[in-house]
Parts: sequence; structure tokens; C-alpha cells
Amino acid sequence: MSAILQAHGLSDADVERIRQDFPILNERPHGHKLVFLDSAASSQKPIQVIDAMDDYYRRYHANIHRGVYHISELATEAYEEARASVARFIGTPCAAECIFVRNATEGLNLVAYSWGRTNIKAGDAILVTEMEHHSNLVPWQVLAQQTGATLRFVKVTEDGRLDLRDLDALLDGAKLFAFTAVSNTLGTINPVKELAARARAAGAISVVDACQAVPRMPVDVVDWGADFIAFSAHKMLGPTGIGILWGRKELLDAMPPFLTGGGMIGIVEMTHSTYADVPARFEAGTPAIAEAVGLAAAVRYLEAVGMDRIHQYEMYLAEYALKRLAEVPAVTVYGPSLEHRTGVISMTVGDIHAHDLASILDSEGVCVRAGHHCNQPLMEKLGVPATARASFYLYNTKAEVDALISAIEKAKRIFKIA
Amino acid sequence: MTDPTFTGMDELYRDFILDHYRNPRNSGTLENPDASFEDINPLCGDKIRMDLKLKDGVVTDVKFKGRGCAISQASASLLTEQIKGKTLEEINKIGKEDVLENVGINISAARLKCALLGLKVLKSALALKYLDEPS
Repeated sequence: MSAILQAHGLSDADVERIRQDFPILNERPHGHKLVFLDSAASSQKPIQVIDAMDDYYRRYHANIHRGVYHISELATEAYEEARASVARFIGTPCAAECIFVRNATEGLNLVAYSWGRTNIKAGDAILVTEMEHHSNLVPWQVLAQQTGATLRFVKVTEDGRLDLRDLDALLDGAKLFAFTAVSNTLGTINPVKELAARARAAGAISVVDACQAVPRMPVDVVDWGADFIAFSAHKMLGPTGIGILWGRKELLDAMPPFLTGGGMIGIVEMTHSTYADVPARFEAGTPAIAEAVGLAAAVRYLEAVGMDRIHQYEMYLAEYALKRLAEVPAVTVYGPSLEHRTGVISMTVGDIHAHDLASILDSEGVCVRAGHHCNQPLMEKLGVPATARASFYLYNTKAEVDALISAIEKAKRIFKIA
Repeated sequence: MTDPTFTGMDELYRDFILDHYRNPRNSGTLENPDASFEDINPLCGDKIRMDLKLKDGVVTDVKFKGRGCAISQASASLLTEQIKGKTLEEINKIGKEDVLENVGINISAARLKCALLGLKVLKSALALKYLDEPS
């Protein structure tokens, strides 16, 4: 591989090949090429993922685990193979530490209900940050309300990074520290390893929202040293309806079930039951089997391209986008400088409301997210009602950044902004 | 191929819409309003509060305060102009079509909620008023 190619992560030819795997990129909304810049909300799916799920439904769909017939065995094998793929992908030697849940939100709620209600008592502190997605804030609000614990917040600096100056004081007396690895609004990359180590030193467990990290950078849970991490398949080329909660085995082993019913039991009598071992204890009911098969295909796809290269390429696009956006008068970009961020870029343009901006961008085929990004307290802090957010992934190109810029120019013309 | 329900952006954001967005009419709040309501569109954070003064079943004054996209704010501004001096009966007849007529175009489904937020707040304020004082 040439030096230039390494710096970009992926060559133009690589990206062209990748784009051919994504059928949706052939769509032409409003007569324009689809410029999909909303992968931070949900990524598109390669044909390999679509085919894997299609193949499952056509050839070996059956309920898993207790079927003694051939196709049930195939389905069970595929489901557990998916778990092993995810374990390998995030660097854990123990596949049982990967619990299949519906999405990251459910994973975080599982920790809040099961670990939280067992271990958090009145007077304890729960530490979160001001940059959390609602899904890594509201479960802890509810936990605090129900247990009498207090919530504390790591503040966000003006340039959109965590203000860690008071972290030791904030962690004093805290039982749990929940934080995001990468901000879904500002793109900030947080120092997970340091935060997890400091939480541990203070006697708190760490819970990491890894939704934006796992799809776009190499993640090694052993290196991170956190206690729980949650992420969703649909943001990493996989299907909706399945996510992963990874937890340390010794913590999971000691936790009571979250949802109860079939599949998670040991012995059931009329008045009481024993529970299955981890991970089955946390997977009540028929799970998302096709989605697990799709997720495994997504993991294979990402591994084949290489997470290092995907991350490099995304940084290359982010750098180009930030440079182009800086050249457009009236554009304000939020969040930290390039060395502390990834390809998730929130912006406002003059007095154009984010929704109007997104509508006009859409009329040019450019898809961005508009609104509060499930991050209302942070938006209050930024002092804007809403931002438009562009996010990049392995199938995006520099030409698409250019399309974003010319669509922004169009919005400025319509709103008569110089 | 152009989506038939999709309106050109120049047509959507015409001068009078931008004018109402940037210079909303009847902007502000009323002291001791006879009817008042605030609502948000939780998906996008658009927010509108409307205060009304009523006399003998007629709207004598109205003010609104809000934040949000040009469509929601201009639509609310246009609505306040429309209802001043109108009877409750006349206001009751104002529907989705009238609001769209005010805005002047057919809006995509995704933005319809923005355009209709002002009307929703107005009707809620008056419904509450009726509930408070059954007559």
C-alpha cells in the first residue's frame, strides 16, 4: 500500500468498489444522486448484509436452541457464530460477555435496571456527562429517582470536550460513571481508557455508550478497561433491531435478569424459577436471529475493509469537510478541533433553522440530520435550538462533501444570506 | 424524476415567508390572557406559545412567542393576523387547508407538523378556555 493511500485509509478505487456494494446509493431522490450524510443516525447496508439475512430466511429460519432438527441447529449455530464474531471484533476473548439486545438503548437500560437497582443505594452518586445522548442520560435519571441516588455531571468545555479538571472530586462517592466514547452531536472523541481507569480507581464502574465509536474506529474492550459498553448494529452496516451490551463476565454473572420469560430460565416451577447462565439470562424470548446473522455479515465486511483504514478515511473526509465549511461565510461548526474529533459535524448556517436547512439540502439529494440529536441539554449549552449534522462513513466521497457545500450555498441564496 | 408531492424550495421559502420568519407579526406575550397555550414539536424542538384576549366571543388581541423553523414561525405569524377580530365560531372552522393556503404551497409530509403547530396551539388554547368556563 502506498504512503498516500495509508494516509487516506481508502483509495478512490477502494471507495468506488465499496459504493457498489450499497444498492441504496443508486437511488435518486428528487432527481438527484443520493448523498447520504446521516450514517451517525443509521448507516446504509451492503448487499452482503442484505443477502445474509435473505439467505437465512430462505434456507434455515427456525427458532434456536431447543430445536433438534437440522435447520434449527443451523440457525442456532449462526446465532452463536454472530456472537463470536462480535466478540472478536471488539477484542474480548469471551463471547458470553456479548449480550444481544434490541439496541444500545436497551443495553444501557439493562445495566440501569439490573446492575443499577442491585447496587445503587440512596445517597450514592451517579456520574454522567453533559454530552450524553438521551439514551445514556434518561436511564440514569430514572435510576437516581427510584433509588434516591444523586446525578452529577462532567461539564463540557466551550470547544466541546469533557472538562476533566474536577473529575476526581466528581468521582468521589460515585458508584457508576456513564459516558460516551464519541459524541453523537459534536463528534468529540473522549479518552475512554483514561476515564475508565479513573472510575475504577475511585471505586465506580464505567458504562460506555460506544454507538459512534464501534462503527468508525478500532475498539478493543480489553484495552479500554471499562465495565460495560453498548452499541447498535444498525450504525455499523448491520440491521435495525439488534445491539450489543458487552459486560465484564464477573459483573454479568452476579446480575439478576432484566427481562424475564422463555429462553432465560434454568428450572421453572409454579412459584419460582432459576435463571440461565450469561448470556442467555439476559436474552429472554425469541431473539433477533436474522438480525444477528446480518450483524455477523456487517462485522465481516468491516473487518475485511479494516477498521484502521475506515477511521483514517473518515478523518480524511472530516478534515476536507471542515476545511470547505470554514470557507463558507455564515457557517458555524460546533465541536472541537480535528485532533479531538471524528467525522460527525454539527453546524448552523446564518439564521436558517436546521430544519429549513435540512429541507433545502434534501431538495438536492443531500441527507443530513436536523434537530437536537437527542441531546437537548447540550444544545441548550451551545445556545442553539437545533443544528444540522453531517456524518461521514466509508462509502462517502470528497465529491459528496462538495455536494453538501453547494447545497448549503443554495440554502443561503434562498434565505438571502451573504 | 421529480417527486410530484415535492415542492421547489424557492417556491416554499418565498419572500413573505422569510419576512414573517424574521419579523414575526404579533410577537410577544399578553398580560392576563383569557386563553393561553404552549406546545412543542418534540421531534424538531419547534416551540410556540400563544396568548389570546377575548371579548364576547371575539378575539380582540393575540400574541405568540416561539422558536423553530421558518415554516412553523411564519405559519403561526400568519395565523395570528388571520384570527384578530374573528369569532370563536369562525376560528373553529379554520383547518389544515387554510393554514396551507396561508403558507401558499403544498408541504411535504415531513414538514406538515411544522406548518400546523401554530393552529394546534391556537385550538388547544381555546379548547382549554371552553373547558374552564363551560357555557
